[in-house]
Amino acid sequence: MSALPLNLDRLLEVQQFVYREARLQDEHDYDGWEALWADDATYWVPANGDAIDPTREMSIIFDNRSRIATRVKQLKTGKRHAQAPPSRTRRVVSNVELLADDGEELLVGANFAVYESRERGLTVWAGRSTYRLRPTGDGLLMAYKKVELVDNDRAIYTLAFLI
Amino acid sequence: MSTVDATIGWDRLIEHDRVHGSLYTDPAVYEAELERIWYRTWVFVGHVSEVPEPNDYVVKSIGPQPVIMSRDKQGEIHLLLNRCTHRANLVCDAARGNSSAFRCPYHGWTFSNTGRLLGYPFNSGYDGREAKRELGLGRVPRVEIYRGFVFGSFADDGPTLLEHLGDAREALDRLVALSPSGELDLSAGWLQHKVKANWKMLVENETDGYHPQFVHSSIFSVAKSGIGDLYGEESTALSRDLGNGHTENDLRPEFRRIDQPLGWFGTTPDRVPGYVAQLEAANGAEKARELMIDGSPHVMLFPNLFIAEIQLFVIQPLAVDETVQHVTAVQYKGSPDMNRRMLQQTIGSVGPAGFLLADDSEMYERNQRGVHARSPEWVVLKRGTHRERLDENGHVVGDATDEVPQRAIWKHYRSLMEAGS
Repeated sequence: MSALPLNLDRLLEVQQFVYREARLQDEHDYDGWEALWADDATYWVPANGDAIDPTREMSIIFDNRSRIATRVKQLKTGKRHAQAPPSRTRRVVSNVELLADDGEELLVGANFAVYESRERGLTVWAGRSTYRLRPTGDGLLMAYKKVELVDNDRAIYTLAFLI
Repeated sequence: MSTVDATIGWDRLIEHDRVHGSLYTDPAVYEAELERIWYRTWVFVGHVSEVPEPNDYVVKSIGPQPVIMSRDKQGEIHLLLNRCTHRANLVCDAARGNSSAFRCPYHGWTFSNTGRLLGYPFNSGYDGREAKRELGLGRVPRVEIYRGFVFGSFADDGPTLLEHLGDAREALDRLVALSPSGELDLSAGWLQHKVKANWKMLVENETDGYHPQFVHSSIFSVAKSGIGDLYGEESTALSRDLGNGHTENDLRPEFRRIDQPLGWFGTTPDRVPGYVAQLEAANGAEKARELMIDGSPHVMLFPNLFIAEIQLFVIQPLAVDETVQHVTAVQYKGSPDMNRRMLQQTIGSVGPAGFLLADDSEMYERNQRGVHARSPEWVVLKRGTHRERLDENGHVVGDATDEVPQRAIWKHYRSLMEAGS
């Protein structure tokens, strides 16, 4: 994919959005995170490779907007045992790149590494996220987020914090 | 206790209604289990729909041993070990594929997908034919298929698969009966969810009717779900010992009482009209209605296949305190409207981020940490001992939340461990 003409303001806006999402996730600000999503959003974490068909094959997460809401509600009960207590996480998001801009949505790629500490020990999660961000009067909204874990074709531990 | 002490004996560790904690933590017990259970009894390996075409293969496992499940060009299924017979390199790298042969990258030895050694470079270095005859790939000596489910046993002889399954084979019949075509398609891929826990924690939990209201209260409270009530004090559902370590939560009494077709799946016939029409065409309206009332089984086939209504789990031990749960969605061949719903519900429920299984897995890991405490030494499995009874087929049953299944699992476990290696 060739580079877009550099629009620094746009790139900074996108970077700030991606960093804010990361912080809201790490700090378990579930309402703040849910507010980033558009009403018709899709949140996808594929398994067994990055190019599968989620309508025919198993994914780790394949949430429509209503299932994103259920995920958040479950976490907020305080009885989501896999996150009670919540994992301590901090993530680094980098290589933020504006890949396409069709006037309606921005296609954005970024790499991440998450350090998750639980009673089990320290687990490192790494991969690449692809976002479709929609500019609105109130700033950007996530219409789509796909998380490609580097080890999504292997056995992985419970992933109940927000990735 | 750090090693298996032959003078103590399994009867001292496994009693009718309690088991010793060391059975979950002792590496020597785990090593003994590999020999006496995983490399002896029938273990579920895969499904024929995972290798639909001639020369398809997929890498599966029996316990910690990787196993290549291949379909040869005649259509026969083989279970081969991934080890070159020369110097032990791996002959197969891909998780799945289509190939009539496997070539070892180290010295180029080539094996057919039936395991036969086809050849090796620089022929004159060997005395030709002898090596070729003797040096085929290692194989699982016994392979049997029931309703498309491929099982393997590393023992050269022993009970047949049907003897091992006993009355639990009906669970596979009931599962397949819900597919209008009479066939399942298990090619949606498997999630692999790892836990730091002993494999028996998982086996015991699959038919534990006591935990859902507590472990899964978070999702039951936010998503409209009737599952919790099936496992309550007032439930008419049964826990059952099917023999040979196979166990069941039989929810049919509740579904028959509620009498709503597809209620078992939390839906109604008008939402999946294509499927309902197919099921009626295949079975007649009356039988189709019965099938849609009774629903899909909830049965744990010892030691590693859990039929969880619309999902299949395969339990794979990797170490005394490490286990992988492989899980996929049940798909009825040729029923797209029902399949779409079963797949999406499965993705929501299971695997590392699943609304249900992430919490089960947290329990496994907490159990594993807890059982290391020095006191008390025992795990208590007494629930419902006073109300056990026999059903019309002579199986021990208890109330929905009773520990009949857990006692049944350990009884069979003990018989296998006492039988020696």
